Order: sequence, then C-alpha cells, then structure tokens
Amino acid sequence: MSQHRRRPRNNQISVEAVAGNGLLDRRALLGRGLAFAGAMTTGATASLAAAAEPLAEPPWSLEPGAAIVPYEVRSRFEKSVARTLGNPNFRPGAQGARTPHHLLNGTITPGGLHFVVSWGGAPDIDPDAHRLLIHGLVKRPLIFTLDTLGRYPMVSRITFLECGGNSAPLFSPEPIQDSVQALHGLASCAEWTGVKLSTLLEETGIDPTAKWFIAEGADAPHLSRSVPLKTTLDDAMVALYQNGERLMPANGYPMRLLLPGFEGNMNVKYLRRIKLVDEPAMGYWESKIYAPLLPNGKAYQFYFLQEVKSFITRPSPGMALKEPGLYEISGIAFSGAGRISKVMISADAGQSWGEAALQEPVLSKSFTRFHMPWRWDRSPATLQSRAWDEAGNVQPTRAQFVAQRGELKKVPPAAAVLNQHCNCITSWTVDEKGEVRHVYA
Amino acid sequence: MSMPRLDASTVLLALVLCAGSAFAEAPNLGKPVDPASIAAWDISIHPDGAGLPAGSGTPAEGARIYAAKCATCHGQDGKGGAVSPTPLIGGGPITDISASMKTISNFWPYATTVFDYIRRAMPWQQPMTLTNDEVYALTAYILAANKLIGENDTLSAETLPKVRMPNRDGFIIRFPDLIK
Repeated sequence: MSQHRRRPRNNQISVEAVAGNGLLDRRALLGRGLAFAGAMTTGATASLAAAAEPLAEPPWSLEPGAAIVPYEVRSRFEKSVARTLGNPNFRPGAQGARTPHHLLNGTITPGGLHFVVSWGGAPDIDPDAHRLLIHGLVKRPLIFTLDTLGRYPMVSRITFLECGGNSAPLFSPEPIQDSVQALHGLASCAEWTGVKLSTLLEETGIDPTAKWFIAEGADAPHLSRSVPLKTTLDDAMVALYQNGERLMPANGYPMRLLLPGFEGNMNVKYLRRIKLVDEPAMGYWESKIYAPLLPNGKAYQFYFLQEVKSFITRPSPGMALKEPGLYEISGIAFSGAGRISKVMISADAGQSWGEAALQEPVLSKSFTRFHMPWRWDRSPATLQSRAWDEAGNVQPTRAQFVAQRGELKKVPPAAAVLNQHCNCITSWTVDEKGEVRHVYA
Repeated sequence: MSMPRLDASTVLLALVLCAGSAFAEAPNLGKPVDPASIAAWDISIHPDGAGLPAGSGTPAEGARIYAAKCATCHGQDGKGGAVSPTPLIGGGPITDISASMKTISNFWPYATTVFDYIRRAMPWQQPMTLTNDEVYALTAYILAANKLIGENDTLSAETLPKVRMPNRDGFIIRFPDLIK
C-alpha cells in the first residue's frame, strides 16, 4: 500500500470484527471515513503520531513541464513496474512474460503489462498484408482483411485471459518463495473489441456436420488449436483492439481469437486461418502440451476451462508491513464459468472466514477485485482468499487440489508452465516483523 | 441480475440500436477464395490421415536429415540437447505428474501429430522449409527409433495414420459437456 492517508484519530469509526486475527466487516470500506494507516513496500514510513513535514513549493511547480508527446509512456519513476521474463535471452522455445499484479490496481491490465506466453516470438506482421481465411465445412470459404473486418459490427468484452500453466509453481512440493507475479502472473484482463466469429460464419455459412474449428496463427510455429464450435460460438470473437488500441504485437497483432473463459493458448494470436471440421486435429498443443498428467498416469484432455480462482495481491510476498494498524487486503478473483459470486478471506489459515467486498462492476469471465479491511497487531497471520462463481464452483484448498491432481516430486523452476490448471487457494503468512511469505496452509 | 453488469450481447444490442438498420445484416465483404489458395495454407492434419500430403520417407533417410537439421537442438540420436532437453526418442513409464516425463513414445496419442508438428514448426529457426518427403522421413526416423515402426518401414499418407501409439487410450476428457 504505497498510498496511505493520515486522518485524525477521532475520524476513525469502530468496525466490527468478522473473522479471526483482525478481519473487519467489509462495510467499513464503504466510504465511512475509515483511516488506513501503515506503509507497506518501499514507500516512506509514516506513522500516525508523526507530524507532516512543512509544505513547500517543489521544483516541478516552479517551471513549465515537459512538452506533451503524441504517444505517452509512463513516468520515469514507474519503470520498475514491468513484466518478468521466463526466457529473457530468447533461446529457442517458449517465452513467458508475467503481469506484476502486486504493482497494479483495479481490474484492467495495461497492454504493455499483459501476460504473454509465446511459442515462436512475436511476428512483425504488416497489417495490410495480413489475411484471415475461413474455410472447411462452410458453404462459402472467404478471405477477410483487417480493413474489411473494420466495417463489421463490433462488440467489446472485458475478459480475463489466463495461461493454462498459470499458478504452476503451486504444484511444487514446497512453497516457492517468490512474488505473486511469479506464481500467478500468467493471467491478465483487458477490454477486447472485435467482430464476433458468429458474424463472419453467418457470411460463410456453416455446414451442419461442422463440430469443431481449427484456429491457426501466422507466427513461425503456425500455432494451432482445435476448438469446439457449439460451446464457443456465442462468445468467440476475432479481436482487433486491446484496451481501445490495436492489439499489442505479442498479444496477436493485428488480430487474435478471443474465447472468454478458455485456456489462453486457445485464444490463438496472429489469427490467419479458421477451418471448420468434424473432428479435432489433435495437434501438438492440444494432445501433448495442454494435457496435464494425473497421479494415476492418465492425463486430462480438452481441459479448456479456466476454473474459479483468486489470490491476494496486497499484501503479498516481497512486501512488508512496517507497523501495526489498519490495512486493506486486496486481490483478484475470476472464473471461466461466469461471474464471481463471493470471495471469502481468512487471516488464520482457514479457521475463520469473512466475506470480502467485490468491486463493481462484477463482469462474467473478468477480473473482479476484492477488498477486505484488516487490523494487524503484529500477531502472525496466514492470509487466504477463496472464490465462488455464479455456477456454484468453489476454489479448492491446496490439500483438496493435491488430493485430486497430485504434486511434483521436485521443486520446479518458478518459470515452469508445463503443469497446468492449478486453481487452489494461495496462502501468505505475515510474521511479527510484517514480512510476507508464501506458505502451504 | 443487477443492472450495471454488461456483457457482449448488451454491447452488441447497443451498437445495433445506435446504428438503426445499418447493421441488421453483415456487410458481406469476405472475398471468395479458390481451392488452390486454400491448399497453400491448409496444413491441418487429422488422426485419420485427412490432410496428409503426397510423399514418403524412411527411417534411414530421416536419420541423415536429423543429423543435419535437428541434432543441434535435440541432441545426437534424439536423446535431448541443451536447447531442447526432452528426448524425442525413449521415455520410460510415467511415474510423476511432471510434464517433463511426457515423450512421443509414452504420451503422444497420435502419430500424425509428429508429422504435423515437424512440418508446421520445425526447424525452429526455419519452419515450413522441409519438403513433405523430408517430414515423412523425419517422422519415420523418430517413430522407428522409438520402436513404433520397423527400421525398414516407409511412411506415407497411407501408412502413417495406421501407426498405433502406446498411450492412445491414456486420456480422460476433462469436461465432456464442453465438446458436445
């Protein structure tokens, strides 16, 4: 919590404890003058008792500022807010770039910080030369250009994308000591705008024998996934814009498939070909990579859905609570099955739970930010969040998850993504010094 | 359902209402495309062999191509290299959920995927540069070294789909409702 406000003590309201270890009623958050004290992370230490420094004119107020540029980049003070790279020297193979959840707020991930998993680098596509071919079990195979797609009715959809391998470090037999960015950074949320796939398929016509479509990219590995047609047709979009501007190069410029709620890899970037078919192609990514092994030696096939998940972003490992006082626990919840219906928070490793406030709007298949007031008195605490979605799905504890899905025998590299679809509860401990660590609880 | 919630259909409805009847039907700007153009891009291959091109190759031919174009990353004899440590050849029983245990011989359900992936994505620095005969030969080399076909077998559109992979039935469909 880099921002903190000082308020006179008599402005504080008394708030009711709703669960153990200092969790307070979420209604305390609804603008009733609750004072949030305490500095976390690297911000200047402030104390309720310390008087503010005398105010004076800072140098930037005494001369004109910089000229305004055509395309603005962030303040030079924000350069540390960046993705972490899993393959920074771009050796042959996959690259990952993780979203710094602990340094962001709200629910929309800026384009430059949106996560990426890339299997062949970001191609340098000339948008005027790019083509989208729709063929196979259609009545009329057709080719579309970016220019012509721009004349179709468009829709906008705020939705999360999550790599199937996000949260893979939680398969480790020991809790990996790293940031929420390392553990859960392969998920992001953006407003995507484009043409519904169903609009284009109305024009090509759909042969009644079509049950799947193959989506393929114009990148070097010609990344390809088979997608069930019936269950995605309502939602699927050929996305052309990300947060109002054209897609970022590593997020599929100039067009990508968007399948809200489905595994990130299926949201094929650099989309150049859609082939309607009667059976899946069983390509490399669907039959080998995104087919997670089970403890009995079998593997799940066609996992597809990103299940209900939540994690606390503040406080989170790497931050430290500098003094006792009132803090806001905040984090992100999402589900590929619909809207988040409830997030519960525990500060005592799951012994007692209080309901968090959900920040509006609560959108289907979108990041939902949650908040919970918490008074920390230097007692050790174990913080957890647990989410429910409108379909009735609930996030499993790690013990429940491991009982079903198993865990690795050895601690994997934190950048590993090849074990997939882990959505269990994440636990952070706060010790008496205020240091936050990742634990299994 | 509370009012502030938006979804795609709400937004679409709003667009349609704003535009009056202009968007009542699509603008029909897709350009018809001839079969030859489609064939130039259509590299999809299915487990039953649909999409496999003409051509053929043998393990011996594949071994020579492998040494020249693949061994740098995948190691001599397909045992795995510094760049790509997962072996292409070999792989014992799966005893752990670690994805690193998955190999062609103990995990991949269909032999057609080997051809498909080599053709679309390999060599990593120069994808789509191998001839179809070369892709058949490399597929034959890998499958023979894994003892899934004979050393003297020839792979083609007719023979490749007939190769039965050991882990063909090792999968559970996670959400059957999603693929109905």
